Amino acid sequence: MKRILAGKAGRVNVPLIAGAAVTSAFVLAAVFAPWIAPCSPFDQDLFGGLAGPGADHLLGQDRLGRDILTRIIYGARISLTVGFVTVGISVLLGTLLGTAAGFFGGRVDEVIMRTCDVFLAFPGILLAIAVMAVLGPSFLNVVVALSLMGWTGFARLARGQTLSLREREFVVAAVAMGATPARIIGRHIIPNLAAPLTVEATFAVAAAVVGEAGLSFLGLGAQPPTPSWGAMLAEGRQFLLIAPSLTIWPGLAIMLTVLGINFLGDGLRDAMDPKSKLRGE
Amino acid sequence: MAWGVVTLVFFIIHLTPGDPAQIMLGESASAADVEELHRQLGLDKPILTQYISFIGGVLTFDMGASIYTGKGVVSSIFAVYPATLSLALCSMALAIVVAIPLGAMAAARKDTAVDRGAMFASLLGVSTPTFCAGPLLILIFAVELGWFPASGRSGLVSLVLPSITLGMAMAAILSRLTRSTLIETLGEDYVTAARARGASGRMVLFKHALANALLPVVTVAGLQLGALLAGAVITETIFAWPGLGRLTVEAINARDYPLAQGCVLTIALSYLMVNILVDLIYAAIDPRIKYQ
Repeated sequence: MKRILAGKAGRVNVPLIAGAAVTSAFVLAAVFAPWIAPCSPFDQDLFGGLAGPGADHLLGQDRLGRDILTRIIYGARISLTVGFVTVGISVLLGTLLGTAAGFFGGRVDEVIMRTCDVFLAFPGILLAIAVMAVLGPSFLNVVVALSLMGWTGFARLARGQTLSLREREFVVAAVAMGATPARIIGRHIIPNLAAPLTVEATFAVAAAVVGEAGLSFLGLGAQPPTPSWGAMLAEGRQFLLIAPSLTIWPGLAIMLTVLGINFLGDGLRDAMDPKSKLRGE
Repeated sequence: MAWGVVTLVFFIIHLTPGDPAQIMLGESASAADVEELHRQLGLDKPILTQYISFIGGVLTFDMGASIYTGKGVVSSIFAVYPATLSLALCSMALAIVVAIPLGAMAAARKDTAVDRGAMFASLLGVSTPTFCAGPLLILIFAVELGWFPASGRSGLVSLVLPSITLGMAMAAILSRLTRSTLIETLGEDYVTAARARGASGRMVLFKHALANALLPVVTVAGLQLGALLAGAVITETIFAWPGLGRLTVEAINARDYPLAQGCVLTIALSYLMVNILVDLIYAAIDPRIKYQ
């Protein structure tokens, strides 16, 4: 643990600590939302519609008079749940396919990696948008769409690492001793993939949070009255002139969350691969 | 590859649960209406026939007509494509102009406050999605200061805010890349040799190191152009920019499947084409790379 927290030449790993602090704050807010939120995220107060910040509502109220702070706290639940579930599925799918491609090579590799290339040919969030357009908006579909987009990075990473691990002596020895492919992959290859996959997964959570907010912003993700940051931003856009707090706070929430997670990823990368820092990446 | 993309778009539309005709007409549509629309869209034919006619349509630039406007899908896309292209190119130019000096400054002053400040700014840029940056920029520069129009496409001024929004993440990526490749180049023997010959610090940085470090930066910038075309989907929606991105979102929201399908396919194929072009140019300017 000490080794992870210390950066180069024994200096404190600032990005890791700052990132972990911000990320945990949002995770705790999401978990304990019902206890810390001042109101209910659905309680309307039509007389207080679009009211600015005040004593009762620290960050103001939205069009229907709902408390913005409360909806941001509950919004963390949506964002982070989508983030973690999507990345969980992507890691599982990507690692299995990537290690299989790298380990077996030949036809298996060819089919898996060509499929991967086709998915990668869709830039950014486009594939998720297309999938959402057909499946229709729902929480589960957002996870499906973002996972379809996210598995490719893990598959390529796992394949590359497997290709080099396959040649290492402990794997060659296991093969010589007659271990089954499943055992070699499960016991010898995947444990050695943990470090690079963890770093990649951290960045992927940030990407999934952005993806969810983007889909909701376009009206393809979470549907009203679900408190989603992206949907809040989309609604705020209509009242930019009279109630800017509707836009500012959800925007800052997304930025802070993503910045925190990216910092955490940067810090983890420095901790797990000190050479990356020396190379100046 | 292009064939793979076309096939995946076809599969997304045709092999996912849910009936496009039913979704287009709504829950209350009668079975006869759904049947009629099936026939119009050719959804009543066997899947293989549909696939072949879809591929044929793509090859002959005939992707049918929009269900709502009745205009041809291909001509609708052509009409808005220049707007998206100008936005993407402008964002890319902006990103390069900001990123290269920023990255070079950070690399030249590695591990100082300047370096850390620049890298924090770039992490902030990467972490700010377009749908956060866009409304915030509108709020500051259009609503409060009134310098630029908040939306629409009217001359060069209207390009500024959308280009910053779309180019921000790219500027962040490129500045980090400039910094890391430049730090690597500054450690090369020929840079040390130039220093030993007494070349000034600035001369070494710009003439010897930067010129060599820029190749990967320019490549990534090229590859990102395709990503910008996709990023334009959200940016164009924010700024009501009449381009391909906004057309895509409008088509999807209106459940206009032929048009949405055409838009998605156009963006994906543009991305693919840009990548191939960049690869070819890269091979042409760097003799060390050869493609078989």
